[in-house]
Amino acid sequence: MFSANTEKDREEMLKAIGVSSIRDLLKQVPGKYLYPAFDLPETSLDEQQTARRMKALAARNTAPLSFLGAGAYERYIPAAVKALISRGEYLTAYTPYQAEASQGILQTIYEYQSSVCALYAMDCANASMYDGASAFGEAVRAAVRITGKKKILCQETLNPQYLQTLKTYFADSAEYQFVTVPHKDGLVDPEKLSALLSGDTACVAFQTPNFFGLPEDAPGISEMAHKAGALVVTAADPASLGLFAPPGEYSADFAVGEGQSLGLPLSYGGPYLGIFSCKKEYVRQMPGRIAGMTRDKDGKRGFVLTLQAREQHIRRDKAASNICSNEALCALSATIYLALLGPEGLKELALANARAAAFAAGKLSAVKGAALKFKAPFFNEFVLEVGDAARLRERILAKDHIDIGLPLKDLYPALGQGALLVCATETKTEEDILRLEKALRENI
Amino acid sequence: MNDISRSDNRLSMEKSDPGRRGIRFKNTLKAKENVPAGLARKTAPKLPELSEFDVVRHYTKLSKINFSVDTHFYPLGSCTMKYNPRVNEEAAALDGFAGLHPLAHDNAAQGTLEMLYDLEKRLCALTGMDAFTLQPAAGAHSEFTGLLIAKAYFAKKGQDERTEIICPDSAHGTNPATAAMLGFNAINIKSGPDGRVNPDDLKAHLGNKTAVLMLTVPNTLGLFESRIEEIVEMAHKAGALIYMDGANFNALIGLVKPGELGVDIMHINAHKTFSTPHGGGGPGAGGIGVKKHLEEFLPVPRIKKESGTYKTDFSCPDSIGKVKAFFGNVGVLARAYAYLLMHSKKELGGIAENAILNANYMKSRLQEVYPSYSKDHCMHECVLTPPSELTAKGLKTLDIAKRLLDYGFHAPTIYFPLIVHEAIMIEPTETESKETMDAFITAMLEIKREGAADPQLLKDAPHTMPVKRLDEVQAARQPNLRW
Ligand SMILES: Cc1ncc(COP(=O)(O)O)c(C=O)c1O
Repeated sequence: MFSANTEKDREEMLKAIGVSSIRDLLKQVPGKYLYPAFDLPETSLDEQQTARRMKALAARNTAPLSFLGAGAYERYIPAAVKALISRGEYLTAYTPYQAEASQGILQTIYEYQSSVCALYAMDCANASMYDGASAFGEAVRAAVRITGKKKILCQETLNPQYLQTLKTYFADSAEYQFVTVPHKDGLVDPEKLSALLSGDTACVAFQTPNFFGLPEDAPGISEMAHKAGALVVTAADPASLGLFAPPGEYSADFAVGEGQSLGLPLSYGGPYLGIFSCKKEYVRQMPGRIAGMTRDKDGKRGFVLTLQAREQHIRRDKAASNICSNEALCALSATIYLALLGPEGLKELALANARAAAFAAGKLSAVKGAALKFKAPFFNEFVLEVGDAARLRERILAKDHIDIGLPLKDLYPALGQGALLVCATETKTEEDILRLEKALRENI
Repeated sequence: MNDISRSDNRLSMEKSDPGRRGIRFKNTLKAKENVPAGLARKTAPKLPELSEFDVVRHYTKLSKINFSVDTHFYPLGSCTMKYNPRVNEEAAALDGFAGLHPLAHDNAAQGTLEMLYDLEKRLCALTGMDAFTLQPAAGAHSEFTGLLIAKAYFAKKGQDERTEIICPDSAHGTNPATAAMLGFNAINIKSGPDGRVNPDDLKAHLGNKTAVLMLTVPNTLGLFESRIEEIVEMAHKAGALIYMDGANFNALIGLVKPGELGVDIMHINAHKTFSTPHGGGGPGAGGIGVKKHLEEFLPVPRIKKESGTYKTDFSCPDSIGKVKAFFGNVGVLARAYAYLLMHSKKELGGIAENAILNANYMKSRLQEVYPSYSKDHCMHECVLTPPSELTAKGLKTLDIAKRLLDYGFHAPTIYFPLIVHEAIMIEPTETESKETMDAFITAMLEIKREGAADPQLLKDAPHTMPVKRLDEVQAARQPNLRW
């Protein structure tokens, strides 16, 4: 379809090769495997038909007014971000193996690493991981490698998707011990944490704001962990860092996050952006690509991929990770997003989220039959009690075209069937929230 | 080192001017945030302060000092740098797809679920595998998923003693790295003199400790494993599974079904075979195809179709679980799906045929000057080596690669596969024209002449890029990784 070869080109090339047909080039493939029957369409679509088919499929996603969060957040994407990342020079390049011909992308990676360090207040960052959960898994792996210990403490209110991914990243041995730190009123119970910390703890791995939307006492948790000789791995929503203390301010050893929050589309789960950062003493334990600044022969500033002795293409089975392709274009998107926001815009973004959620919580908890589950302050999502959350969700989705949020019963049976995780980001207006309030009032 | 010349390559942070603003978020809601004093951020992050125009100009300028498929021939072996059709971009960006939350109710996600379901089905048809998952985010992530499935399979069979993964020495680094990440021992086997797996050597390593034989087909030398039948039979007889690294599937698409070769698990790379853009290093999208006996281990959720409705199914007790938080890189998969829609089964075979034709043309025109590692015809890529006239003068593949940049060509993959000394791995792909390849060939031949006459010209290359050759040693010795 997209081949440029004409019949004449093909003939000329076959002649230059010295064969009479393409079949002659395939003699190394045992004939019985060649050209089997394929159960695929005989005809293809042209471009216009393809565009039409894709549009029709996209339209079958019904796009309700949605209050879902739980690790992926609806964001406003600035027009300049979309315009810049669709430039072919970025879009269609690959990993900058030839640094001199790829200074553009290399400099943007360096700027990305710098922005992540600024945002998380950490020493160094890599060029990206697949998503927040895989970054979290790799960070905990690094903590286990560094300490040589096998006990991992995780908060009970860690995003269950992160916990599942984390366990997958530790499938190499049955020796790891995952210990859950219970919550008290939605937050890590400090007494339980203290009791569970011991000399053989590799790290305390936690998320803030936690799965229920509540910012943890991260400084307190970090201090307790460090006192016990454990490392600290924090997953923090980057959008929350315009208001809340960044991991570096409480000495986290590894800080990761889901960069989707930095202006990436939801796209049913990906491509997202695994943010990965750490203290400088652990730089050689970082997985993945890293860009560094250097000089050229004339002393001029330039950028290269560096510290590659950690990576799979050099170290093979001794590498820090197997990651090769990453999420570079998503990292570029986040870099441009952060450059547009600046420190003020980031704060405004965080405030817009916090206020939208506060407004929603105020309105919704005043609905008869609804109440806030936890008293602790929240960022942009909160748990609401609504009777039968799953049934209510189905009904309001069908009737009012609103997705009211995520029922938590399957993930946290102890919370009961009423628990609903409701999220309001900067994309939600007063009108949107009042529509939700009305729907709840009418259906609860 | 942040004191280096600030003339023309300042960072966004260096262009920052306090008080400048790009985008704003105005608050209209009457509500008060609640940030406990002890949890508030103390110092604002040092992000650049720029106007929207500053940002647009900065990143537009940077884009101009970057080679890409759109702007330059990019024959990076093993990476399949083919043209990325623009209609795919439009399709993936449609609000209905881009705005869909990963935890959306199935009823609100029928379009995406139908697309993923049909994509899985088409991939099964194309590869001859029985079931597919599209959750892995890339090739290496697919290997991780595939080997986890193998691990779960042997655990269920009570064969925990199978702890070894055999990889040929020509394998990509991700193969042994993935094996090690999952607690397997990576066993390296030496390629035979023809660059293919030597069945006798394989036999010596196969046994009741072998879990998986990982094969790349065609392999990283661009060669098909001609004795695949014998190899697969031998491995299966030893009780091992066959994993096929499908990074090079562009050579087989529409020509050969790996399932018929006896492969048990294979991956595809949407960002290679299925024309999704590489994005400066990613995102890609992976996917794993398995045979029936391994289907129960695939990650959750699976997509099911019940009386015309698509459903996400989490009830798979033997599933390996999750490899990332949410479903795969769906935005990338949408592009791959649009690409498949534009190809009939015959046209799919045409992709591989033209890719193979182009690679052999390149090889046949260059090999007299740049000796080919293999004398056989190649599949979709060929591995060449530098002329002895140049190596005798102390010139290396790296020098040739850097000189190619001056001619406006991205260099091929170099120094890989590791078994070829000074490897130059060229993959033109089916979308490049003969005209472009001829220009590349002319440049390669000219570089040979230049190097023979004036080796320093190559050693100092590139001469025309925004920077001269960069000091990688210093970068690694005194890492400067952030502003
Ligand atoms: C042969 C081979 N295997 C595996 C990979 C890894 O794929 P990815 O970069 O998508 O993780 C590559 C990519 O370069 C490859 O060429």
